[in-house]
Amino acid sequence: MLRSRLVQAACSAQRAFSTSQKALAAKQMTVRDALNSALDDELARDDRVFLIGEEVAQYDGAYKVSRGLWKKYGDKRIIDTPITEMGFAGIATGAAMAGLRPVCEFMTFNFAMQAIDHIINSAAKTFYMSAGAVNVPIVFRGPNGAAQGVAAQHSQCFAAWYAHCPGLKVVSPYDSEDARGLLKAAIRDPDPVVVLENELMYGTAFPIGDNVTDKDFLVPIGKAKIMRPGKDITIVAHSKAVETSLLAAAELAKKGIEAEVINLRSIRPLDAATIFASVRKTHHLITVENGWPQHGVGAEICARIMEDQTFFELDAPVWRCAGVDVPMPYAKTLEAHALPRVQDLVEAALKVLGGKAGKAVAGAK
Amino acid sequence: MSFLRKSVQLLGAVGRNQQHLKAIRGAISAAAPRGYSSEASTDYANFPGAKAPFVSKLKLNMPEDYAPIPIYRVMDRDGFIADESQDPQLGREVVEKMFRDMVLLNTMDKILYESQRQGRISFYMTNFGEEASHIGSAAALEMRDLIYAQYREAGVLVWRGFRIDQFIDQCFGNQDDLGRGKQMPVHYGSKELNFVTISSPLSTQMPQAVGAAYAMKLRPDNDACVVCYFGEGAASEGDAHAAFNFAATLGCPVILFCRNNGFAISTPSHEQYKGDGIAGRGPMGYGIATIRVDGTDVFAVYNAMKAAKEYVLKENKPVVFEALAYRVSHHSTSDDSTAYRSADEIEVWNSVEHPISKLKRYMVHKGWFNEEEESAFVKDVRKRVLKQIAVSEKKTKPNWSEMFEGVYAEMPQHLVEQQKELQQHVEAHKEFYPLKNFKQ
Repeated sequence: MLRSRLVQAACSAQRAFSTSQKALAAKQMTVRDALNSALDDELARDDRVFLIGEEVAQYDGAYKVSRGLWKKYGDKRIIDTPITEMGFAGIATGAAMAGLRPVCEFMTFNFAMQAIDHIINSAAKTFYMSAGAVNVPIVFRGPNGAAQGVAAQHSQCFAAWYAHCPGLKVVSPYDSEDARGLLKAAIRDPDPVVVLENELMYGTAFPIGDNVTDKDFLVPIGKAKIMRPGKDITIVAHSKAVETSLLAAAELAKKGIEAEVINLRSIRPLDAATIFASVRKTHHLITVENGWPQHGVGAEICARIMEDQTFFELDAPVWRCAGVDVPMPYAKTLEAHALPRVQDLVEAALKVLGGKAGKAVAGAK
Repeated sequence: MSFLRKSVQLLGAVGRNQQHLKAIRGAISAAAPRGYSSEASTDYANFPGAKAPFVSKLKLNMPEDYAPIPIYRVMDRDGFIADESQDPQLGREVVEKMFRDMVLLNTMDKILYESQRQGRISFYMTNFGEEASHIGSAAALEMRDLIYAQYREAGVLVWRGFRIDQFIDQCFGNQDDLGRGKQMPVHYGSKELNFVTISSPLSTQMPQAVGAAYAMKLRPDNDACVVCYFGEGAASEGDAHAAFNFAATLGCPVILFCRNNGFAISTPSHEQYKGDGIAGRGPMGYGIATIRVDGTDVFAVYNAMKAAKEYVLKENKPVVFEALAYRVSHHSTSDDSTAYRSADEIEVWNSVEHPISKLKRYMVHKGWFNEEEESAFVKDVRKRVLKQIAVSEKKTKPNWSEMFEGVYAEMPQHLVEQQKELQQHVEAHKEFYPLKNFKQ
């Protein structure tokens, strides 16, 4: 179907975007290579690990995330399947129940809707339903969220869907460090983990620290990362929206506003403590996600704050920046406007800050 | 009453069991030195789940014990009809329309494929090598028969009269696109032509088509059927199983038309399934009447489709239809198929085995083919397509306020308010908006 349509967009998205203030001399790695090397490491480390999905072997994966792995590990470890998401998700779940460590690739998470019963009713709940007798150490991974020009049925974020379900862990990497560390942690985790990647980020290179290439480099599941410290307002985001948030923070800095940007990394468990600590400092919060607003990740963060003492630290209501509440338009310009843009975030921040922002802007002048 | 009937049945079953026991005893005594008889017992098992003869020889039923379902063909690769009785006896006009529709589709595909390559449209899928299965099947149907297609069946639309401008307007998503610019290219749909709009997710059209056929069956004096097209890769989805089983158990007038073109993106059919294609699943697997044809032979597809249609309407039962061909196209504009198959292999299917060349040879034998006229036709189609692209590209987009439409049948209050707010905003700041690009 339109499956490999997205490959194109991924390959064309070779923006050399970097938000790090580290020297340009730092080592660079694309998100694609980060995922590829994470799979490679874990396949080498543990012979129970295997990769299964459509076109993951001979074709190197629709988005080339598994490039070279079939040649290196062969048919037993890198497995091409017929086009049956329900089938290979179920088979992978069964293999995990029997003690293997499957990494189940969906060509995109849009197609995982065909398999969602296995992910939620079987993978997420079997440990509970068997009273701890059967655990399901499985990773479901693939690109999530809007790509480019692939219309409503192929452009949606599943973070809130999966994060809704107890028994699952849900991570959503932004950069290469996240992608490599979270995928490796997910593969080693004893529970089912959904890894929501972003196709538009695959080709993006990020500077990485020397420790990131370490064979045992892991990013802990359930911990957020402060990407940029600040004292005036907190911006919480995940996946590609972290990029938008960092760009917005840079814009705000020009107006004399110091925004603190939190990269959630994990959606479930949600690192509320990091958000609370930041809000206690900044007293203002906006949340950013590319998914729909209703019952979304931002809505959850708002609720958590209201259920906590942190609510009383807020100087203004929280503002959610989310995808527009419509099926994704196909038209290019509408698509761009259906997702939160840098200027939307800047406007939201200024509104939340209200008089304070006005003063800061005046001060900057 | 029902209890009584059940009791009688039970008694009958007991009686048969006793007879059966006798038969076994007899077999044992008669054939004692040679062991159990391997012959079929004279009586039939009457389990609710299966009716079949008992045997006393243990046997694994191997796939190779069953002959593959033969492939029906009317015309060979040189355009000769092997058995004259199978000649559909179509008039020159019909055959010419078949040929020209195939050529039109092929020609339009080449240009639109190139236009994607030039970045003028975002995506395209060609139909090369499968033209005969589209045209042959569409020609055997009536307009009232409802089509659920996958995405590579543009020929069915060509036959039904979807115009070049309609195809190209859809690909450009402009004001005249019947899809109102809401979908990717090639997601055609036409209520007028009874062709349900293409949906991106794979195989979802299959159970939906069966449901539509079920609805048709409930209509008094129904004289229409549903045709559901899908690829052999799509047949691996769970939805395909549901469609086959429900079509059979609910008795639906639907033709489940598999375009087995050998490839699902890069996955070859031998990795997609291990049985006898998709046809092999029909009779034994699902209890569905099945037909398998050479999908590069337009007459074979036509004859088989006629027979299939007659059967589904007469019996209110489904048909599994497998048309074998070769996907000469790349999967889509996002795929380069030479990465997983040889150029030589593709060339064979793009020349001697190509459905258009087969029909051309047939027409040559009949004296119906005029080289000059045909090359003029191709030239004309090229010109029309190129001209249309230029026109479609320049057409304005649908009116911007339409973006609020089509989410719900009746626009909910919050969308009404948003639409109004936007209208007021645009009115107040029209100099900042490229309104000339949108239909007024």
